[in-house]
Amino acid sequence: MSTATTNTLSRRTALKKTLQAAGAALVVGLELPRVKAANEKPVVNPLTSWIKIDQQGKITLSYSKSEMGQGISTSLPMILAEELGADWKDVQVEHAPVDRAFGPQGTGGSGSITTLYTPLRQAGAAARTMLIAAAAQRWNVNPSQCSVRESAVWHGNDRLGFGALVEAASQMPVPDLASVTLKDPAEFQLIGKSLPRTDIPAKTNGSAVFGLDVRVPNMVFAVVARCPVFGGKVKTFDSADAKAMKGVLDIFEIDPAPEVHSLGGVAVVAETTYIAMQARNKLKIEWDEGPAAAESSETLRKEFRRVVDSPMKVILNDGDAQAALNDAPDNKKVACDYELPFQAHATMEPMNCTVHLTNGRAEVWAAHQAPDMVQMIVSKVSGIEPKNIQVHTTFMGGGFGRRYQGDFPTEATQIAKRINRPVQLVWSREDDMMHDFYRPASYHRMNGAVDAKGNITAWHHKYTSTPISEWFSPNAAPESSELGLCSQLPYLTNSYKLEYTPAKSHVPRAWWRSVEASVVGFVIESYVDELAHAAGMDPYEFRMRVLGQDRLVKDALDKQERPVDTARFKGVLQLCAEKGNWGKPMAAGQGRGIACHYAFHSYVANLAEVTVKNGTVKVDRIVSAVDIGVPVNPDGIRAQVESAIVYGLTAALKSEITIENGRAVESNFNKFPTLSMKETPLIEVHIVPSTKAPTGIGEPGLPPTAPALANAIFAATGKRIRKLPIRREDLA
Amino acid sequence: MAISFELNGQRRTVDVDPKTPLLWVLRDTLNLTGTKYGCGIAACGACTVHIEGEPARACVYPIASVAGKKVTTIEGLSTDLSHPIQKAWIAEQVPQCGYCQSGQIMAAVSLLKKNPSPSAADVDEAMSSNICRCGTQQRMRRAVLKAAAEMGAKA
Repeated sequence: MSTATTNTLSRRTALKKTLQAAGAALVVGLELPRVKAANEKPVVNPLTSWIKIDQQGKITLSYSKSEMGQGISTSLPMILAEELGADWKDVQVEHAPVDRAFGPQGTGGSGSITTLYTPLRQAGAAARTMLIAAAAQRWNVNPSQCSVRESAVWHGNDRLGFGALVEAASQMPVPDLASVTLKDPAEFQLIGKSLPRTDIPAKTNGSAVFGLDVRVPNMVFAVVARCPVFGGKVKTFDSADAKAMKGVLDIFEIDPAPEVHSLGGVAVVAETTYIAMQARNKLKIEWDEGPAAAESSETLRKEFRRVVDSPMKVILNDGDAQAALNDAPDNKKVACDYELPFQAHATMEPMNCTVHLTNGRAEVWAAHQAPDMVQMIVSKVSGIEPKNIQVHTTFMGGGFGRRYQGDFPTEATQIAKRINRPVQLVWSREDDMMHDFYRPASYHRMNGAVDAKGNITAWHHKYTSTPISEWFSPNAAPESSELGLCSQLPYLTNSYKLEYTPAKSHVPRAWWRSVEASVVGFVIESYVDELAHAAGMDPYEFRMRVLGQDRLVKDALDKQERPVDTARFKGVLQLCAEKGNWGKPMAAGQGRGIACHYAFHSYVANLAEVTVKNGTVKVDRIVSAVDIGVPVNPDGIRAQVESAIVYGLTAALKSEITIENGRAVESNFNKFPTLSMKETPLIEVHIVPSTKAPTGIGEPGLPPTAPALANAIFAATGKRIRKLPIRREDLA
Repeated sequence: MAISFELNGQRRTVDVDPKTPLLWVLRDTLNLTGTKYGCGIAACGACTVHIEGEPARACVYPIASVAGKKVTTIEGLSTDLSHPIQKAWIAEQVPQCGYCQSGQIMAAVSLLKKNPSPSAADVDEAMSSNICRCGTQQRMRRAVLKAAAEMGAKA
């Protein structure tokens, strides 16, 4: 088992046990270091718990990451239960409160399993060791002769249930986490088995509580009118008609909060959501639209082209790409441009947040990917100390990166400050779609060549986009958020030149499922397919060839980044090609395409089968192969890959955000179509068996989806797709 | 204006603006939050309920038009997860985020009432106007067919 995560996460680990006030219970907590907490002292010995066992033997396992459909409320507790020796049927799960003891509670970057696998195993093993010690003492035997299974400690045929041991166990010395004995993976009872998700029953009868479902006595509802133009502000407003409506309680202006990109606007508070929305329609607001009003998708496209036609910042320059291009015959060169639009997250549950401020305390209910950040935001806006702010993390109706933002908790707290009742801020669908933080739009000019043997001799990528870094880390290099595998290309090329210069835009942008990998995955995997064609080689064989010998590829810019393993790349490609009948003949009008990518330390290859007829493409099947190390909950993994593929197909075939007069044109699902059931192909997911440390799978299935599809369309029609989403005219 | 209707077998009376969509009456007036707000324009199906046994989009259905009618929401489907669609949803591990699933389940129940043994294409057709952003379409398709088979076997 790799110890990479141990090294990063257990440096400042502390373990604490306590007797719970309500009765004897074993409470094992871990303190994990916080990300970027250099200026803060670590909290010493907080009484936070991952594992609670009561005297009846009921086992409660906490999960410290937000459940947004990815199944983390099952897979994290599975890891604890595995090492603990708990019988899964004795386990119940609960969302951890906001507490630094749990480490960073932000859920993103497909990082929950990657970062918590080893710490949770250690926590479970520590609790198991203490339970065994208690039983051994009771039996007066050597602990090494005892074992755990089925929520009990065993010595031969003697059995003591965890409930009977918990009081004595909690008095036992806490083992050193770094050296506590972990289970031999060959003995795993839970990890690697498909367990039904803990959250699913409540999601079939309406009882699961999402952010919008929070109901608190005496609560009121609020909406905010925001300038439709990005960055615009309120100039003046007249609320007389709106205020006259029955059920309207208050209308007032709230300020922008630029540090979290919260827009400010006019808040309307009413007895019900519907009244608040109706009253908002009656507001007469004059906006100061600001400089964004002149921006449109057309002006941005001109800006993209201006940038790539101008001298750009050279990021990487290995070998002499220009000389190699000069030397190459025309039919071995590929010159093309790729273009990707803004995308909205369009979570099914629009943004919302419920806040109640009373006498120096706050209670917050948030469907949020980073409840610890919500606590800080509420503190900053309200002036209440974080320790007096209780954040309840609800289920969330989709996250995909959108729920990592601070704008909606900021607005909700601003409103709650003025209203002496619990207030639920509701974003309408239009608010949500027109004021998203979109996946950046980008433009790519590619020039490259192959030789007669099928080697890549030149790869020159000129890349411009509306970078995320400008929005969130303006002091960082603009390209730092955009490059992904462009600085860690697994393919062998004799020369490689990468240039990047940002394009000017006022459109908000941030992390959208798989982030920059959704962009560079499409570009790299479409382009390598084009090079294969120029080389006259089968696209699968070509990839296997230019992946070269098994080796580790370092990131050319970030030495801290884990290396990419070309053997694992080839492993997923091979499995995908085999399961997807690569090379088997297809009927006219049909095609098969393949693509592979690496994101968040996980390797995924997707194969698409399509039928193109009369200018329409039907995706018949997607076969996916993933290598994410030890598969914790295989059916959950398959579900996440299916999910990422459908999300990726929507972005490839259906949806985009276009800009007119500085605002999003698409404001609701009637203009932002998504893949329907009848358009959804059969999806097969195959998991590479592995004993490597597990990595995430919420996002990595997405990047190879659009290029596999585009490559399949090329195989079917000979037409290259270089602009997303795919349009009818591109297929005709 | 007081408006009465039958909700999951119980008579309810609400005093709201008659133009108020049923969705907001359910959610904000009656605190029955299983029915979801997704778009407000009948485009996503997250708010699907049954009115007189027919699927309806509660977000655009004025409460005045519900007067005297029978409404069934997700909460009225079963008290113990025993409806074949719920069982199939759990067996196939359908929901991810789960937000659209109340509407999806109500649409599926409605389909099976009208067509107890649908083909995969029938399921696709009936379910294609309900949006799911998590990509559970394939599992829903399997689950509806499974529920249909189970209901057929019992009949």
